[in-house]
Amino acid sequence: MRKALELKNVTMQFGGVVAVDNLSMEVNEGEIVALIGPNGAGKTTAFNVITGVYEPTNGEIDFFEKTIVRNHPQGKMKKMYKGECAEYYVNQPVLAPTPDKITLRGMARTFQNIRLWKTQTVFNNVLIAMHGHSTANVFSAIFRGNANEEAAQRLKVEKILDTVGLLDVKDELATSLPYGKQRRLEIARALATDPEMLLLDEPAAGMNPQETLELTEFIGSIRRDLKKTILLIEHHMDLVMDISDRIYVLDFGKLIANGTPEEIQKNQGVIDAYLGVAED
Amino acid sequence: MKKTKQNYTALIAVLIFMSVIFVLDQLIKPTDSLGMLLTVLQKGSVYALAAVSMNLLNGFTGLFSLGHAGFMLIGAYTYAIFTIPSVERDNVYQYFDAAIRFSFPETFSQALGPFGTVLGVAVAVILAGLIATLFAYLIGLPVLKLKSDYLAIATLGFAEIIRAIFQWEKLGPITNGSNLLKSFVRTSTMQLTIGSVTLSFSTFVPVLIAVICITIIVLLVNSTYGRAFKAVRDDEVAAEAMGINLAHTKQLSFCISSFFAGIAGAMMAMVLSIAQASNFKVSMTYEILLMVVLGGIGSITGSVIGALLFIFASEWWLRGLDSGTFLGINAPNVFRNGFRLVVFSVIIMIVVLFFSKGIMGDRELPDLIRSWKKNGGPFRKKNRENLHNVLDSAQDESEDHSGRRAKS
Amino acid sequence: MNFFDTVIPYLLSGISVGGQYALIAIGYTMVYGILRLINFAHGDVFMVSGLVMIYLAASTPLYVAIPVTIIVTVALGFTIERVAYKPLRTAPRMSLMISAIGVSYLIQNLALYITGGLNKNYPEIPWISDKISIFGTTTTRVTLITPFLTLALVLILVWLINHTKIGMAMRAVSKDFETSQLMGIKINNVISATFVIGSFLASIGSILYFTNYPGLVPTSGSMPGLKAFVAAVFGGIGSIPGAVIGAFIIGICESLIKGLDTILVSQGIIADPVGFATFSDAFTFVLLIIILVFKPTGLFGEKQTDKV
Repeated sequence: MRKALELKNVTMQFGGVVAVDNLSMEVNEGEIVALIGPNGAGKTTAFNVITGVYEPTNGEIDFFEKTIVRNHPQGKMKKMYKGECAEYYVNQPVLAPTPDKITLRGMARTFQNIRLWKTQTVFNNVLIAMHGHSTANVFSAIFRGNANEEAAQRLKVEKILDTVGLLDVKDELATSLPYGKQRRLEIARALATDPEMLLLDEPAAGMNPQETLELTEFIGSIRRDLKKTILLIEHHMDLVMDISDRIYVLDFGKLIANGTPEEIQKNQGVIDAYLGVAED
Repeated sequence: MKKTKQNYTALIAVLIFMSVIFVLDQLIKPTDSLGMLLTVLQKGSVYALAAVSMNLLNGFTGLFSLGHAGFMLIGAYTYAIFTIPSVERDNVYQYFDAAIRFSFPETFSQALGPFGTVLGVAVAVILAGLIATLFAYLIGLPVLKLKSDYLAIATLGFAEIIRAIFQWEKLGPITNGSNLLKSFVRTSTMQLTIGSVTLSFSTFVPVLIAVICITIIVLLVNSTYGRAFKAVRDDEVAAEAMGINLAHTKQLSFCISSFFAGIAGAMMAMVLSIAQASNFKVSMTYEILLMVVLGGIGSITGSVIGALLFIFASEWWLRGLDSGTFLGINAPNVFRNGFRLVVFSVIIMIVVLFFSKGIMGDRELPDLIRSWKKNGGPFRKKNRENLHNVLDSAQDESEDHSGRRAKS
Repeated sequence: MNFFDTVIPYLLSGISVGGQYALIAIGYTMVYGILRLINFAHGDVFMVSGLVMIYLAASTPLYVAIPVTIIVTVALGFTIERVAYKPLRTAPRMSLMISAIGVSYLIQNLALYITGGLNKNYPEIPWISDKISIFGTTTTRVTLITPFLTLALVLILVWLINHTKIGMAMRAVSKDFETSQLMGIKINNVISATFVIGSFLASIGSILYFTNYPGLVPTSGSMPGLKAFVAAVFGGIGSIPGAVIGAFIIGICESLIKGLDTILVSQGIIADPVGFATFSDAFTFVLLIIILVFKPTGLFGEKQTDKV
């Protein structure tokens, strides 16, 4: 089995605050892995580092066994750096691609606070996500030299919308959809970038139990039918325990546990992190 | 198919429109009482293109740029410099030894006759756009990283720098310093004599250029790149996460917008018969922006309507306010020079304050007609997410003007 | 002529212009700090102040004209905020900026209508317009007074902001608009106070600025206004000391560039004038772009980060 994603000693430090501290983790191809932890544990920051929104202060990220991101403390950070393992990456070239480059290599994400393109229809939201892979230059696009490519894209959009069950609302404005459907649309949009791996940031946030159940089923089907690897952040423990193969637990930026759902449920450190430790 | 039918309807409408313009051009003499119609149509087409090209950037890509006058200046000068006939050149460059002694229309007409002149003008106009694009590309490299108002003030600054460069005496041999350029090929002399019949094209040509350019912009906006622009406008972070290269997309929009601004500048020189750097001040950019706002940010038909209304009202319909009598009221003490612009700016402020969506909002004319057909009249409002709210949230989320990535 | 003697007059006028820009720049930086708005109309308020002075001085003695001018300017600034910006409090920032541009357009057209587009002569104010001699060069007294008056006003303002209730409210609002509102600060009063202070200083600046110039036209305010805004950005928008330092830097640079030809020729560095003076306005924007590219928060600005 190939490793889809591997984080090595990733540290993200903002000024004096260490948001992610020496995080190493891996996701194998075809797995569903969950990243959990109390609020402010650094989960979304980790996502932002993986997807290129932030440049990590230190560490390396491999995607399908190729390094896509690498950095070591530079400039002012040399003195301020509080993390570990800085020396590992000092003599290696820095890699800091923008998020679009990472997406085009096959990693697509959704957002915790839904970020759909608000003036666009459901259909266009998915169609626009294919722009990155379209081969037409601006002249052929203006004079419709790319008609075939675009027709193919439109067909594919219909197919994706059908898969996620949004085909009947394709001409509605994205923001007119109910919350649960907007979350699905975000996943549909991520799928349109043709990813190997999906990163879902709290896909069930704000959903009722019924919707959460449907989502659980849906995420399972993405892995089963579309053969995607999935990394997700989630607070709904039912969902997490239900579909994850493995779980990583973050607290104050540090990895405190990892293992199968059963192991995590029994782990005392995790329970303490969530419930707090009684002082005696 | 439905699409094809629509395209044909649009094509026929344009052909009819151009024929009407052509006929007007022949029937009305500039000295007639209706001669004003031709003047405002010419100026209107210049500003319509300028407004649409600004809207492409400000309305469709969400980049609030105030450098439009600078790019129009480059276009106007490029066009003027390359179309002055050689006999006039020394007369125009009174105080300098003209460095560029080359005129496209002249050179081409020597080889190809009247057709060469037309080709020469076309080449000069396109070159005007290309030079503006070149400047835009260089300016875009540093400034497009800036956000909202910082981008606005930086582009405004660049427009002022461009103006200073073009007025610099040391560049006199090329730009004629702070003196104006004249005697180049202009609309008032665009006539063709066949036998005993003289055909005038003085209105037809600027309108045609504007129609072609605006059509291209419409095609762009509805293409995959246009959709990418809108994605960047609606949510930059999401656009980038979905594989849209932000820097590249913004640069593209900036360059294309400036290309058409350059062409609008060339048209302005053509229509006004002169090109002078001191005319292309920040206030010109403000005026174009107000046209865009009047028509509705994010609507191309809106910008065209806004520009035409602006020009028709300020140059023609409200003219009485400046000359003593308006709507039959004679009050020379109030209706004197400048009153027209005061009334006009008050109207603009009312639009800005109370009708901030402008005339069209973010809709296009065909959308509107379709929704009228569907809802049985123009007065049923369809509940749509208002673009302005989106622009708002997009801007507020991007409070940090210093660039996207948190460096560490 | 020695280097010192050639440079001094330009340096002096630079410091003076810098002080005047500083007085305008404070209005920009305070409004931006609170509303996040580039108040494009501020330069025109500055111009109107000059215009009011011209009309008043023609019919009333100076001791009436000057205070009334200041009051009228303050009232104008206050009115603009109430009429053109207050209704847009919840509107997008872009609408607010467009409204500011609209107000600027309106004021300029109104001034054009009233003056008939003619160049109006600014009244001579006795004592401050007097010629004096310093460091071997002749200049007007206002040139010398400006920097000191500016500094005095700035110190008073900084004291007000740090030690009065309204000043504290201003600081709170500029840190976090919504929270301040929730904490019971009367936002509208704070914003009005900001405009009043800004207009007051612009009015003083206007008297000092136009005394040195022969005349005033409706567009006279836009360039000094833009430069003052650049000064505010340069110093770090929202920071008052930043705006003042930025304004002095820009005033001095601008003045030196105006005289660069003369200075270089007198030193024998170049033989003929190169025409640097053409770039005296443009240079301000060159500075702006350099600072925006290399230190976007300005010299004293605070860094903000965005959240995904």
